[in-house]
Amino acid sequence: MPHLAVADLTATYPGTDKPVLRDVSLQVEKGEIVSLIGPSGSGKSTLLRVLVGLLPPNSGSVRIDGEAVDYTSRRSLKNARDRLAIVFQQYNLFQNMTAMGNVTIAPIRIKGWRRPEVEADAARLLAKVGLADKHASYPDQLSGGQQQRVAIARALALKPEILLLDEVTSALDPELVGEVLDTIRVLAADGMTMLIVSHEMGFVREVSSRVVMMDQGSIVETGPPAQVFDAPETLRAREFVSRILRH
Amino acid sequence: MTYTFQWGEALKHLPYLLEGAWLSLILAFLGFWGGALIGLFGAVGKVYGGRLIYRIVDLYVVFFTNTPALVQIFFLFYALPEVGILLPPFTAVLIGLILNSGAYLTEIQRAGFISVRQTEIEAAEVLGMSLAQIVRYVIVPHIAKTLFAPLSSFYIWLVLGTSMASIFGVEELTGRAINISTTNFRTIEIFSVTALIYIAITILASAVLALIGRYAFRVRAKIF
Amino acid sequence: MLDRIISEVPRFFTYYNMVFLLEAMGRTLLMTLVGVSLGFALGFLLDFARRTPGRAWLPLRLAATLYVETFRRIPFLVILFIVLFAIQGFRFSVSLFGVAMIGICVISSAFCAEIIRAGFDSIHQTQWDTAAVMNFGRLQTLRHVVLPQAWRVILPPAFAFMVMFIKDTALASQLGVVELTFAGKVLSTRGFSAILVFGTVLVLYFVLSYPLSRLGAWLERRLAPSRGR
Repeated sequence: MPHLAVADLTATYPGTDKPVLRDVSLQVEKGEIVSLIGPSGSGKSTLLRVLVGLLPPNSGSVRIDGEAVDYTSRRSLKNARDRLAIVFQQYNLFQNMTAMGNVTIAPIRIKGWRRPEVEADAARLLAKVGLADKHASYPDQLSGGQQQRVAIARALALKPEILLLDEVTSALDPELVGEVLDTIRVLAADGMTMLIVSHEMGFVREVSSRVVMMDQGSIVETGPPAQVFDAPETLRAREFVSRILRH
Repeated sequence: MTYTFQWGEALKHLPYLLEGAWLSLILAFLGFWGGALIGLFGAVGKVYGGRLIYRIVDLYVVFFTNTPALVQIFFLFYALPEVGILLPPFTAVLIGLILNSGAYLTEIQRAGFISVRQTEIEAAEVLGMSLAQIVRYVIVPHIAKTLFAPLSSFYIWLVLGTSMASIFGVEELTGRAINISTTNFRTIEIFSVTALIYIAITILASAVLALIGRYAFRVRAKIF
Repeated sequence: MLDRIISEVPRFFTYYNMVFLLEAMGRTLLMTLVGVSLGFALGFLLDFARRTPGRAWLPLRLAATLYVETFRRIPFLVILFIVLFAIQGFRFSVSLFGVAMIGICVISSAFCAEIIRAGFDSIHQTQWDTAAVMNFGRLQTLRHVVLPQAWRVILPPAFAFMVMFIKDTALASQLGVVELTFAGKVLSTRGFSAILVFGTVLVLYFVLSYPLSRLGAWLERRLAPSRGR
C-alpha cells in the first residue's frame, strides 16, 4: 500500500474558474523521495497546499496509508495534518518566538507533550540542522538559510510521517542553498517519506527516487530521474528539460 | 419597556434638520481651511524655523491637542468677556475649531514636509527643473500622497466635532435636533434621523474627498 | 482686570474647590479608562466577528462592519443624546453616569475595532496558514502567534485614541455627569472668574493627557522599527 496516494485530484482557487490542478494522480511509497518539477504556475506548490488542507479540492481523493482524507471534516483534516508536515518557501517562522520556541510551541501547546522531552528533542533536531548554538535567536537575527533550517526542525518536531518541502531553497541567497540541501540529504538518509517541490535540478536528480513533471495543472511525465531528465517521453517534458538544461 | 416609534413625526422636520447639516458642513469647511492656514505656518515654522519658533509652535500644538476643544471654546466664550472681548457663539465656536484644527494640521502637514526627501529635490535640480517645476512635479505630489489620507480622516472628524457648537446655541444639525426635542417628545426618532444625516454627510464628504484625491492628486483613496 | 483675578485666587484655590475638581478629574479618568478597556474588549469581539469565515457567518460579518462604519460617523454628543433618550423612552433606570458609560462604550468599541483590525492586518496570512497546518485552532493561533505580534502595532494608536477620549468625555458634561468640564461649569456659575476656572480645568486636562500622549509617541518610536523580540 502506498504511503501517500493521490487520485484524480482537481482544485480551483476561490474566485477563479480555471482549475490549477486537473486530475492529478500520484503515489509515494514509504521511504520514497518524490520530486515535483515543472515550470512555475504548473501546480506543484498548489498540490502541496491541497494536501495540507490550505486549499480545498474540488474532487478526487487523498489517502494516507490507505485512509482517505476528508477535507471537509475537521477531525479528518486534523488527523491528516498530524501525519503530514510542510516547510514553506518563505520559512514562515513565528516572528515572536526564538528558534527553540518555534520548534517547541506546537508539540507542547497543541500536542500536549511534556516540555522536558520536547525541549530535548528540539535541541537534538536543531543540532541536526546545524543550529545547536542558535536556540535563543529570533527569526530576524537569523539568515534565510538558518531560518529555513529552523523551519525544517519545526516540521520534524511534530514527528510527521510524510514531509512536504515547498521550494525550500527558492528564497535563499545562492551561497545559503547548500546548507539547506545538506539538511535534506540527512533526512533522506534517515528514510523519511518526502514529497519535494524544487528548482534545484542537480539536487532533485541526486536525492529523488522518482521525479514527477507537471505542466498546467497536470502530470506530464513520471519516472526515475535518469529517465525523466535524459530520455523524457512526452514532447512537453522534452521542452521543459531542454529549457532547464540550457540554463 | 414599551415605546412606539413614530418616524413620521421626525421626518416632518427633515428640511429643517438638513439646513442645519449645511451649517455643520460650512463650520467644518471654515474650521478646516482656517486650521490649514495656521497649520501651514506652524509646519513651516517647525521644520524651517529656528529653535525659538519651534518651541513656540510646539507649545501651541501640545497645548491644543492635549485639552478638549469644548473647554477651549468655553474659555473663549465665558472667560474672554472678563477682559472685554465678547464673542458671539458662532464666532467663538469657529475660532475654537480653527485653533484646534490648526494644531492638528500643523503636525499633519509637518509630516508631509518631512516626507519630501532632499535627494529627490537634488535629482530634480540636476534634471534642470526650475523651482516652480520642482514644487509642481516633486514637492506637491509627494506631500499630497502622504497627506491625503490623514487630511481626509481629519476632515470627517472635524465634521463630527462641529456638533459641539450646539452647546453654545449655534443652530447647526445637532443644535436644531435639540431645538425640536424641546418642543416635541419624539426625541429618539429625531436624534436617530440626526445620526443618519451625520452618516450621510460624512459619507458624502468622504466620497467627494476620494474623488478629489483620485483626479487632482492621483491618490487612491478608500471611501470606507 | 488682572487685579480682580489675582484677588480671587485665594478664594478659588480652597481645599474644598480643589477636592471638588480633583474628584471630577478622577471621574474623567475613570470614564476614559473604563471606556477604553471595555471598548477594546468589545472592539476585539467586533473584529473577531468581522473575520468569521464562510457564508453562514455573513450576517454577523455584515452586522459588525455596519456597526463599526456607522458609529464612527456619528458625533459623540449625538450618541450620548440617543442613549439618554432611548433609556428614558424605554423607562430603564440608569444613572447619568451609566448613560455616559454606555455612550462611551458604543463609540469606543467602534474605534477600537478599527485599531485592532489594523493591528491584525499587519500579521501576514502565512502566519495563520503555518499555524493551521500545525493543527493550531483559530484561538490558539490568536493567542500564541498573532496577538504577541500584533500588540506592538495596536498599542501606539491605542494610546493616541485614549488621549482623544480623555478629551471627548468632556461632552458627558452635557448630560450632567460631574466630570472635569462639568465641575468647571459649576464653579463658574458660583461666581468664580471664568478665566481662573476654565484655565485651571484646561491645565488639569493637560496634566491627564500630556503624559499619555508622550508615552504613546515613545512607544511608537520604540515598537515600530524592529519586528520580533
